[in-house]
Amino acid sequence: MASLKALKIRINSVKSTQKITKAMKMVAAAKLRRAQEAAIAARPYALRLERVMASLASKVTVSESSPKLLAGTGKDQVHLLIVATSERGLAGAFNSNIVRAARKKAESLEAAGKTVKIYIAGKKGRVIRRFYPSQIAHDHEMGHIKYVAFADAKAITDDIIARYEAGEFDVAHLFYARFQSALVQEPIGRQIIPVALPANDDAPVSDGGAAVEYEPDEESILADLLPRNIAIQIFGALLENAASEQGSRMTAMDNATRNAGDMIKRLSTQYNRARQAAITTELVEIISGAEALK
Amino acid sequence: MLHFELVTPEKLIRSEEVYMVVVPGTEGDFGVLEGHAPVMSTIRDGAIEVYATQGAVPEHIIVSGGFAEVNASGLTVLAEQAG
Repeated sequence: MASLKALKIRINSVKSTQKITKAMKMVAAAKLRRAQEAAIAARPYALRLERVMASLASKVTVSESSPKLLAGTGKDQVHLLIVATSERGLAGAFNSNIVRAARKKAESLEAAGKTVKIYIAGKKGRVIRRFYPSQIAHDHEMGHIKYVAFADAKAITDDIIARYEAGEFDVAHLFYARFQSALVQEPIGRQIIPVALPANDDAPVSDGGAAVEYEPDEESILADLLPRNIAIQIFGALLENAASEQGSRMTAMDNATRNAGDMIKRLSTQYNRARQAAITTELVEIISGAEALK
Repeated sequence: MLHFELVTPEKLIRSEEVYMVVVPGTEGDFGVLEGHAPVMSTIRDGAIEVYATQGAVPEHIIVSGGFAEVNASGLTVLAEQAG
């Protein structure tokens, strides 16, 4: 059995770990609220842009002459997987879930004979280098970002679109974790290039039947809005990721705090037993010593 | 009154009733009053002029990377940056 001193040291060490995990949980909870607010504040723009895209979609037919972002490159060979993760660890399975989703997609694409390239956005996505060391297209530095701003999403988008125009890839998928609640974050992947136009059901009716005038014209507006649409999707993903990360960390740290509590309880029992055993032994020694003198 | 909304990706900046808004469209400035015909237009980087009431001194809001939509419910300006 461990000595009393060793047990005491161990209990103290677990106690200080518990203090840290508890503090991290509370920080994550505060940051989660902020991240959720940011995600909600970003919703109106995304909604309106989608509505505009939908009503444009009904006016424009996709053809060879359409913008490449819409019509595609005409090929389906090279796939770019954009893996958006967080900058920090200790967030439960958050990052590994995203990376796993991306790897699964990469495997199924490679099995279908496609070429896969990986675009890393976020430090914790770098583990994917181990599996695809020669297929990393770019590792986007995000370490300086404290709260995601649209400009950050724009920087990624501009880079990706430049690569697309240069013919580096044909299809792009974006991987991130969708925030459902502090307990549930679902890793998802979806195609962002070529842009899938939203289905258009009721947009013309809501205009009261009046003909909409386009300045300059439908095609130019669409060409102008397509990159913006991708940027807003990436921005939305980064915001969801930020919220998911904090939610996941909160849950993970809550579990860790609880585990530490259990551990302290167990070690304390062990410590007390050892202490009592020592006292009993001492008493027995004293008593038998006294008996011997009689 | 005209319902005017100014939205950036980060948040909804304005949502208010105003008299008139002058929008710097790519093909020229245009003023939007209540009951304007539906229009979709890209905006060049510059200032939107917001007239709270008729004859009031306009308020200028600098926007970049913008897009304007006028429909039955009013004017919506989507801008990458504003303010």
